[in-house]
Amino acid sequence: MDPDTTMVDPDEVLLRPMQRTGWKFWLFSAVMLAIWAFGMYEWTVQLRSGLQVTGLNVPVYWGLYITNFVFFIGISHAGTLISAILRLCKAEWRRPITRAAEVITVLVLFFGAGCVILDLGRPERALNVILYANGHSPLVWDVCSITVYLTGSLIYLYLPLIPDAAILRDRMPQRRWFYRIVALGYRGTPRQKKILETAISVMAVVVIPIAVSVHTVVSWVFAMTVQPMWHSTIFGPYFVVGAIFSGIAGILIAMAIVRKVYHLENYLKPVHFNNLGLLLLVMTLLWFYFTFAEYLTTYYGSEPDHMRIFTAKIHGQYAPLFWSMVLCCLVIPFCLLVTKRTRSSVWGCVTASVAVEIGMWLERYLIVVPSLSNPRLPRADVSYAPTLVEWSLLASFVAAFIFLYGLFTKVFPIVSIWEVKEGREKALSEVEERIREALPGITPDAPAVGPAERQRRDQRDAQPVLTPAS
Amino acid sequence: MTRWGMVIDLDRCTACQACVVACRVENNAPPSGPEFAHQGRDISWIRLGSIKHEEAGNRPGLSLAPLPCMHCENPPCVHVCPTHATTIDEEGMVAQVPARCIGCRYCTTACPYTVRQFNWRLGQWPAPLDQGRNPDVSIRPRGVVEKCTFCAHRLQRARDRARYEGRELEPDEYVPACVESCPAEAMFFGDLDDPHSEVARQAASPRAFRLMEELGTRPKVIYLSKGE
Repeated sequence: MDPDTTMVDPDEVLLRPMQRTGWKFWLFSAVMLAIWAFGMYEWTVQLRSGLQVTGLNVPVYWGLYITNFVFFIGISHAGTLISAILRLCKAEWRRPITRAAEVITVLVLFFGAGCVILDLGRPERALNVILYANGHSPLVWDVCSITVYLTGSLIYLYLPLIPDAAILRDRMPQRRWFYRIVALGYRGTPRQKKILETAISVMAVVVIPIAVSVHTVVSWVFAMTVQPMWHSTIFGPYFVVGAIFSGIAGILIAMAIVRKVYHLENYLKPVHFNNLGLLLLVMTLLWFYFTFAEYLTTYYGSEPDHMRIFTAKIHGQYAPLFWSMVLCCLVIPFCLLVTKRTRSSVWGCVTASVAVEIGMWLERYLIVVPSLSNPRLPRADVSYAPTLVEWSLLASFVAAFIFLYGLFTKVFPIVSIWEVKEGREKALSEVEERIREALPGITPDAPAVGPAERQRRDQRDAQPVLTPAS
Repeated sequence: MTRWGMVIDLDRCTACQACVVACRVENNAPPSGPEFAHQGRDISWIRLGSIKHEEAGNRPGLSLAPLPCMHCENPPCVHVCPTHATTIDEEGMVAQVPARCIGCRYCTTACPYTVRQFNWRLGQWPAPLDQGRNPDVSIRPRGVVEKCTFCAHRLQRARDRARYEGRELEPDEYVPACVESCPAEAMFFGDLDDPHSEVARQAASPRAFRLMEELGTRPKVIYLSKGE
């Protein structure tokens, strides 16, 4: 069955990051941890002196921390949601990218939740949210849905990790005790396989509504108030679209880095960038649609309280940020992703993705701050400018996230070994079977060609059928 | 049931800010200093702000008006507080429990009147200001939200006195510091549900309006428009 029988193991390259660790990794860790430590030091400053060290004031009670919270939770939609959807659609090209995506979700959720802790005036009382929970408060809904999402994504990351941990247990001389625990005695028996596959497909279904609910509830923190340009029925889906948008961009950036660092060009191919790039293009257009609908409705309603914020964004104090957002979220990604030449190239996708991440962060900032700085009862002119503490904590969280992501690639294969193997061995016949089932005029007898020829033909013929499955 | 409320007559109000000063002294608002005030972090439970309203004869008017907490009957802050640290009692007073508040400032952002305050730092009273603090009102710690209480400690005092003397609470026994201090007698306070009270009579005036009535928050601070 295996076409690469001449080689010892075609997936040896996937184990290499766990076997060898060079000076580059230590340097990378040192830099990231230094940035993280600096932010943590700034946090102790904030803990000692209170929130007066931030740029927050009356009426801009919320600023960078809440922006980062929404942004990080948004990125978390990368993994679980995208990977679950692709799994359910049986998009075979997903196999090398699902894990890289799922890890983003789990890690970034901790930092999203952490941002809220940073924002609290009394972080030591955070547990009051559970002890004295007020069911009416969207913040309590948030705590519930993020907890459920974190649990769900952890399970969903862990399940497909079990067979790989078993492979590592059998193959790796180092850390064998650790992999033995993680593998839970998995031996790949047919019964174990069946249970695992059932569990994965159940989780893939369960995790989608949870993921959608998470960012909807995040948006409700704003939409459930009566504040102008927050109190909007469109906010739920608008936030979810933005979240998936920044999530896909996150996967693309992670994929490009992992591919470069670990030489995974054979696994993360132009077709993966092309397909995810197409998804990103769709989300670009959806994001534009929602943004346009939101702003046009506000403009036509032209209520004075809303218009003060609207004009501050379009041609006032926030105009530079607003138009940068449009440039980063629409113009750059659209131009790069609309043609196949740039879309299927790594640099094209990465440039578009970096622009999208910047643009989506700006979008979150432009939702939080302008509404607060233009309250219904005008106050003395006070503007908000984030301080070093706030910026360094953002940098600190980003650095810690990148470090933990790097650490994960050193402990587990970032490309799922067993899923790639399974794809190589079984998916071709499965796909053939699926096409046979769905289309008329294909005889049930196997065509009279050898396996190599059949594979060549299948690749040629089946690929275009599979691609739009995303 | 008693329903405490306030009426502010903009025809009489001279915007002298006596109410603002009285409130600060009564409720131990920490002195800010110019720098802190400039950053927009001064704590004042009642402030002077400009509000739009209709004057007599449907003329649009703009007034400087005292803005305390509106003690809404449908308070947005109470709905959004994740920890029940802000509550509305059966007499309609919206209260804050600093000991439970986690300082998330959701209530401050949800309040359409921007009258809730946050303790950005620990309040400091340089001597001799520390001698003038009101022993009836506790000092709030750093990192929590605080707000106008309608001087609930005064109500507590009045109730205690009445109970000690073995009688019912008289309607005029309790007023907040701002109302007491108003030299123009522009502020009225009392039970809105008592038809004989001055505040209920004033609230029934054709000049009466509430701030942002369209939001459905049903404030219990009622303004009387100019132009009599």
